[in-house]
Amino acid sequence: MRDGQVVKGVRFREHRVVGDILELAARYRDQGADELVFYDITASPEGRSVDRDWVSRVARVLDIPFCVAGGIRSVADAERVLQAGAEKISVNSPALADPELIDRLSERFGAQCVVVGIDSQTTDDGYRVYQLTGDPSRACDSRRDTLAWVQEVQQRGAGEIVLNCMASDGTRHGYDIAQLQRVRALCRVPLVASGGAGTIEHFERAFREAQVDATLAASVFHSGAIAIPALKRELRAHGIEVRP
Amino acid sequence: MSLERDPQRVDVAIIDSGGANLASLQYALDRLGARSIVSDQPAVIAAAPRVLLPGVGAAGDAMRRLRGTGLDRLIPQLRVPLLGVCLGMQLLYRHSAEGDTACLGILGARVGRLDASPARPVPHMGWNTLELLGEDPLLRGIGAGDYFYFVHGYAAPVDACTLAATRHGEPLAAVVRRDNFRGVQFHPERSAAAGARILRNFLDL
Repeated sequence: MRDGQVVKGVRFREHRVVGDILELAARYRDQGADELVFYDITASPEGRSVDRDWVSRVARVLDIPFCVAGGIRSVADAERVLQAGAEKISVNSPALADPELIDRLSERFGAQCVVVGIDSQTTDDGYRVYQLTGDPSRACDSRRDTLAWVQEVQQRGAGEIVLNCMASDGTRHGYDIAQLQRVRALCRVPLVASGGAGTIEHFERAFREAQVDATLAASVFHSGAIAIPALKRELRAHGIEVRP
Repeated sequence: MSLERDPQRVDVAIIDSGGANLASLQYALDRLGARSIVSDQPAVIAAAPRVLLPGVGAAGDAMRRLRGTGLDRLIPQLRVPLLGVCLGMQLLYRHSAEGDTACLGILGARVGRLDASPARPVPHMGWNTLELLGEDPLLRGIGAGDYFYFVHGYAAPVDACTLAATRHGEPLAAVVRRDNFRGVQFHPERSAAAGARILRNFLDL
């Protein structure tokens, strides 16, 4: 999401408009998506919270769960989004700046509402958590190790972790299975794979080889390269249980 | 949906137990053409032809809110169809391990914590099918192939009140009933067509 429209970039850069939010929400609902995640990528870098109006419009048309991410810095910010009809809120940069935010959100709303998004970059020093990734000119290393952060956010009350492997995001070369496996071994809350899906086989490998609880993708769905019904049929054919 | 709406003329009153999923439930009822009202006033709840007890968050907070308004005493006396959703279902039980909370006591069992393991992440979040154990108008048209969306870290055991169960590592109660009191552990308002069917069935009770 940027300025009320849905956009998608490659490796967190060069974002292009892909459509109207309500039309896309309804389309993915009808195709059988199990959950939608809305990232307001301009919210954190611009230092503002997500605008609430579109959340309730989306909540009216969706009969599947959805999560809102972007610029949620306080319990009050989260409350507005949840009261507008979102199931979950996802925090990323604000949690890096103020880790206790996770504790406060989890205490107030329960762990099941609190998703922590982790933008993880592969570096010579291992996996590193990046922050402010919505704006290429401000994105930077948060000086945190991804695996240590995965453990800390669970202790603080995160109910779900979305691991976005930045090196593969938007490339369609596949999820970063090795990194997902490392995180899975440490993760006792639901783990969602994000970044890099290009073929149906990529989804299948994330479930089979990294035992993720869910896979998240954007590019391949926005472009129409993979249709959700076909994806689900294939996954079921390979013995991975998904809702038809 | 205004709070001023005449409670005599609504199809369902939604108890404001401090949870955050009230809007989703209201929108789901809107999509079914039902008139709903959100209230924490005993007089409004007592006058409604059907009552929904939602709730997301902690059992202790929700019970404190119900006690604060006297709804903890009113709810067990209601004779109209009541449906507890997610935490709202758990509140129907005697006790919840979440914050060691005494609940409404309409159902006798105790709600316990789901323990996490590498093979069983907690909270349980995701789409599950139901194992149907009993017949009920609430489950009309629901089959073993229908999926429902669950989000919870605590669960009730499968017992004589259980109309449908599901599994997350171990079996747990998914749909329960005692007399006019029913509960669903999943979120019908976020369970696509199958969830809408449950809400439609509730409105037809």
